[in-house]
Amino acid sequence: MMNAAQDTVDFSLYVRPANDGAATMDLAIAGVDCAACLDDIEGSMKACAGVTSARLNLTTHRLRLIWDPQIADAAGLVAALARAGYRAYPFEQSRVEAEEQARTQWLLKCLAVAGFAAMNIMLLSVSVWSGNATDISPETRDFFHWLSALIALPAAAYAGQPFFRSALAGVRTKKLNMDFPISLGILLALSMSVVETALHGTEAYFDSAVMLLLFLLAGRTLDQAMRRRTRAAAGNLAALKGETAHRLSDDGALVAVPVGALHAGDRILVRPGDRVPADGLIISGASELDASLITGETMRAPVSAGSSIYAGAMNFDGALTVEVTAAGEGTLLDDVARLVEKAGEARSRYMRLADRAARVYAPVVHVTAAATLVFWLLAGAGAHHAIIIAISVLIITCPCALALAVPAVQVVASGHLFRAGIYLNAADALERLAEIDTIIFDKTGTLTLPDPNVSNAASLAPDLLAQAARLAQSSRHPLAAAVARSAPQAVPLDGAEEIAGSGVRAMVDGVEMRLGSRAFCEAADETKPSSPDVSLIYLRHGERQARIEIRQSLRPDARATIEALRAKGYDIRILSGDRNEAVAPLAAQLGIASARGGADPAQKIAAIEELRAQGRKVLMVGDGLNDAPALAAAHASLSPITAADLAQAQADAVFLGDGLAPVAQALDIASQSRTLMRQNLGIAVIYNLFAVPLAIAGYVTPLIAAAAMSGSSIIVTVNALRMRGARKEKAVEPVRRTPPVALATRRQS
Amino acid sequence: MNILVFLVPVALALGIAALFAFMWSLKAGQYEDSEGAGYRILSDEDLPK
Repeated sequence: MMNAAQDTVDFSLYVRPANDGAATMDLAIAGVDCAACLDDIEGSMKACAGVTSARLNLTTHRLRLIWDPQIADAAGLVAALARAGYRAYPFEQSRVEAEEQARTQWLLKCLAVAGFAAMNIMLLSVSVWSGNATDISPETRDFFHWLSALIALPAAAYAGQPFFRSALAGVRTKKLNMDFPISLGILLALSMSVVETALHGTEAYFDSAVMLLLFLLAGRTLDQAMRRRTRAAAGNLAALKGETAHRLSDDGALVAVPVGALHAGDRILVRPGDRVPADGLIISGASELDASLITGETMRAPVSAGSSIYAGAMNFDGALTVEVTAAGEGTLLDDVARLVEKAGEARSRYMRLADRAARVYAPVVHVTAAATLVFWLLAGAGAHHAIIIAISVLIITCPCALALAVPAVQVVASGHLFRAGIYLNAADALERLAEIDTIIFDKTGTLTLPDPNVSNAASLAPDLLAQAARLAQSSRHPLAAAVARSAPQAVPLDGAEEIAGSGVRAMVDGVEMRLGSRAFCEAADETKPSSPDVSLIYLRHGERQARIEIRQSLRPDARATIEALRAKGYDIRILSGDRNEAVAPLAAQLGIASARGGADPAQKIAAIEELRAQGRKVLMVGDGLNDAPALAAAHASLSPITAADLAQAQADAVFLGDGLAPVAQALDIASQSRTLMRQNLGIAVIYNLFAVPLAIAGYVTPLIAAAAMSGSSIIVTVNALRMRGARKEKAVEPVRRTPPVALATRRQS
Repeated sequence: MNILVFLVPVALALGIAALFAFMWSLKAGQYEDSEGAGYRILSDEDLPK
């Protein structure tokens, strides 16, 4: 982060030309948590010379800048934002996100058309209903019915598209979904109404058909809006994680560029303390890499010219010149990508609750309607009368409540997850999460924090450690960074000097303080570290000295979360790519009996397959590149936000923060929402138990149909909203709004 | 019942006008930031200085 402010980054890849020679760029902004930020950010941008427009979107936390490239430049504007206290990173909308946006707009248009039609047709229908009860003339009724048809037919043709298309796709792939009975019901209601109108009948169902569309579209639009919001937030996080790489130009100059701008064949410099920005081959230099984000292995591995390295590894001691290779060229990545592809197949066959319900529901309803038709024909009713009753059975059973039952819960639940810092990737993830009975955790970066920390702080003198943290601020070495993390608010020491390969030193109280290697600190200590994955860094201040141990520590709430999960009856296991010696003590600490180390990606999949064969539903929680296939193979999967990109792409949801609590929360919300979904489906069935006999008996008029359908839809929606009330009482959600005091201090800084 | 000759077209025209207004606002991006719009009302930058 400090790094981005010091370098001048070349953002040209993200800058697009706008009107009149101006330039424009979209930025994802971190730390936008209140309305005051709006004025803050837009104000500080407009104060910059050359900026013609700055508009912050508070929903997506993105800023669109338009400026005159003659006067201002992108890097300067990003730096100005950093001075105002906001970290920004250029952002390019992904294809998926653009599609989601287009779909949201489309659904909104359909919703508007259905709303317009429903309002106007209701106006006419209510007149007809009250007229039928009093003295409407047949001519006026016919006129109103034709007028309704004139509105309903084009409106349904437009607004019904989301359902018709999905139903057609379902028929083509021979996978019957809920949209099929919906589409059939709407089409039958409309065609019967047109025929009735032509025959001067007293009853038409135009209002039912259009109202059904309106309710269902409202559900889908909300669902889509929530999904889009989640996707935007996840996109921002990905953008803000986007580090810069140092590209060597042909003339030897070093240019800082966003990682997205790297191409295969580019040469980059990876400095000590940098994360490797892209996969590549080392051309020159030697160093040690911490590849725990990739393989889960916590021991550092030496690399030199000719070694392949992967994005995400942390470079320790030496500067490396690396030639970027295209994704998938490396052997490890190849393997992982191939395994991921194969592993994902099982999950893509998962059938959602609503579709399973539709599969049972549609045949039952259609058979009932056909039986009704036969019954009335045999009972001696005319063909016309029998058909009307049979179709009214189809209309009344048209699964309005059933189709809303699941999405309504989905919207409320994903809203809760969103506020708890859990972003859903897959639409059916909630239902799969609710079925979990076994949880497999990866160790490195999942049970432990992704970055190493000081592990023996308790045995160090607090004042010495505090000074060390201040001194460590001046070094980019990963071990120094770990010391610096022990006191995030520490102010760097003045006049600190870094000696490459040795350490940092500065004068403290007139005596030189050194932080670095054993030789640099002239430490007499000869003892080996207590465990192979512990790294040592030494501190000397005059006569005082200290040995600081650095290792990856458990997430702060890991123990409590694991215990809570176990109390709920989940079977918990560890499956790590790290050595057994590193896994065992941690498993003992957490009280997990089943722990296995040294597993490569294929073995992880095999372990999951074995559990699946036993009939278990496995949740995989992992972050490494090596976990990606396992994440795809498991019944459901979660990743922390610090996970490798490929792992995140495979996970059903990513969670924010240092804690492990979101795992328990996600399972909690998922099982709660499954209960509600089932309740809702139950309500829909009960509704049908009452409505269908009425329809079979021939008592359903358009008025009754309209009342019954909207009534059941509203009950189902209200039931879904109960979850909201229940969770508010618990008040487990973290406070997201920054209190005013903190705001004031940030403005000053 | 002659009044219907006026009232029905008027009702339809109003509905269609509302529909077009919605489509226009959608196209103009007014639903892109439903959260920010509420706060923008409170900002003072459109006041004469």
